[in-house]
Amino acid sequence: MSAPPVEIQGLTVRYGERAALTGVSWTAAPGLTAILGPNGAGKSTLLKAALGLIPTAEGQVRFFGLPLEQARPRLAYLPQRASVDWDFPASALDVVAMARLPRTRWFGRLPRAEREAARDALGAVGMADFADRQIGRLSGGQQQRVFLARALAQEADLFLMDEPLAAVDVVTEQTILAVLHGLVRAGKSVLMVHHDLSLVQAHFDQVLILAGRVVAAGTVEEAFTEPAIARAFGGLPGRAPTEAAA
Amino acid sequence: MIGHNTLVVLLGCAALGVAAGVVGSFALLRGRALLADAIGHAALPGVVLAAMIVSLLGGESRALAPLLLGAALTGVLGLLALRRLTASGRIRPDAAIAVVLSSFYALGTVGLSIAQTLPGVAQAGLSSFILGQAATLTESDAILAGALALGCVAVAVALFQPLRALCFDEAFARAQGLPVRALDLTLLGLLLAVCVAGLPAVGLVLVVALLVVPAAAARLLAARLPGMLALAAVFGAVAGAGGALVSTRFASIPTGAAVVLGGLVLFAGALGVSRLRRA
Repeated sequence: MSAPPVEIQGLTVRYGERAALTGVSWTAAPGLTAILGPNGAGKSTLLKAALGLIPTAEGQVRFFGLPLEQARPRLAYLPQRASVDWDFPASALDVVAMARLPRTRWFGRLPRAEREAARDALGAVGMADFADRQIGRLSGGQQQRVFLARALAQEADLFLMDEPLAAVDVVTEQTILAVLHGLVRAGKSVLMVHHDLSLVQAHFDQVLILAGRVVAAGTVEEAFTEPAIARAFGGLPGRAPTEAAA
Repeated sequence: MIGHNTLVVLLGCAALGVAAGVVGSFALLRGRALLADAIGHAALPGVVLAAMIVSLLGGESRALAPLLLGAALTGVLGLLALRRLTASGRIRPDAAIAVVLSSFYALGTVGLSIAQTLPGVAQAGLSSFILGQAATLTESDAILAGALALGCVAVAVALFQPLRALCFDEAFARAQGLPVRALDLTLLGLLLAVCVAGLPAVGLVLVVALLVVPAAAARLLAARLPGMLALAAVFGAVAGAGGALVSTRFASIPTGAAVVLGGLVLFAGALGVSRLRRA
C-alpha cells in the first residue's frame, strides 16, 4: 500500500488570538474528497496551511509520506477565483502557462513544448478557443475553468482546490465535475473545499467536515450524516443547521 | 541645435524612462508603486550626508556616484523602517509610508540647510535633487544614470516569467515553490535602483510619477504583459527625453515637472483611447 495523499497530525492555525483550526488530525484516502463546513470553519485555512502558505502554530502535514518541500512537484493548487485581479494583463494561455514555470528555465521565453502543454490543459476544460483572450474578458465560469486548467497543467498527483464550484454556471459545473472524475479514474486524488451539500452524495468519495476542528471524516456513507452536518453547521453561533444545509 | 552634452543627457533620460516604465509596471501590478515615493524621499538625507562626507574628505562634492550611493543607503533605511512599522499589522502601509516619507524628507531638508553653509558643499547643487535638473547633468552623470537604468531593464526582462507569476498570483507562486521572498526583494532592489538613478534628473519629489504614470497609461491599453512593458518603456522614454529637452531649453522649468507633465499628456491620451475602445 502506498502512502496516503495527505496525512495531517495535530494541525493548529491561529490568526492573531483566534484559533482557526485546532488539533486537526486526518488522513485522506485516495479519490475525491469534499472539505465541508460553515463559513469560518477553517476549510481554506486547512489547504493554505498544508501548502505552507500561512504559518502554522503546531502540527505537521505529509503528502505521499513526504514533507511538503519534497512533495511539491506532485501537488497542484487551485486558489479561490476572487483571490486574484482578473484585470491583470494576461491571456488565458499566459495564466495556464504559469503552471509550467517550475519545470523549465526562468530566463527568457517559455519553451514551445511548455506552451503546448498549457494549451492542452485549456482544451481539457473546453477553453481551447479562448486561449488568447484577455482574462478580464472571460465570464466568471470561464475564469474558473482557466484556474482549473492551470492546476491540470501542473500535472500533479494530488489537487488541492479551494471552491472551484463557487458561483459558476451549469456548463462550468458539468465540465469541472467531469474533469475531476477523469482525474480520479487516472489514479489522482482531489481535496476540494466545497459549499453545495447537494452535490456531495452523487460525486464525492470521502468527506472531511470541519468546524474549527474535525467534526466527522470518512467515506460519504459513514461520515456525511445528518447529525454530523447539524453539529458542524449548528456549532457556530448565529447559524441554524437548516439554513446552512439548504 | 542640440549639442553633444545635451544629446547624451537626453539619451540618459530616455534610458531612465525605459527603466521606470518596465520596473514601474511590475511594481504597479504588485501593488508596490507607492514605495517609490518613500524611497525617493528617504534618499534625501543620504544625498546630503554623502556630499558632506565627500567634502570633508577633500573630494569633489559634485561627483554623482557617491551621492547616489548615499541615496541608496538611506533609501534602504527608509524601506527597513517601513517594514518595521508595518510588521505588527497595527500600522497600515499607507500610514507607514506617510510617516517614513515625511520624516526622512524633513531630516534631509534640515541636513540640506546645514550643508549649504559648508563651503565645499554649497556649490554641489544638491537642491536640484529635489525637483530634478537635467541641464546640470554632466555627460558622465547621464551615462552613469542611463547605464544603471538599462541594467535594471535587463534584470527585469530576464526575470519576466517569475515576476509575472508573482504579480498575478502570489499564493499560487508560493505553492509552486517559487522563491517569492527573493523575487520580491529583487523587485524592490530594481525599484530602488531606478529611483536612485532618476534622482538627479527627475528629482525625489516626482520620481514616483515617472515609475507610475507610464505604467498606468500602458496598462490601460495593453491586453498582455509584454505589450504593457513595451508601451510603458516607450511612454517613459518619450516623457523622460521630452521633459529633459524642455527643461534644457527653458532653464527655469525643473526637469521633474516637465517629465511628469509629458507623462500625464500620454496618460490622458491612453485614457481617451481606452474609453473610445470600450464605447
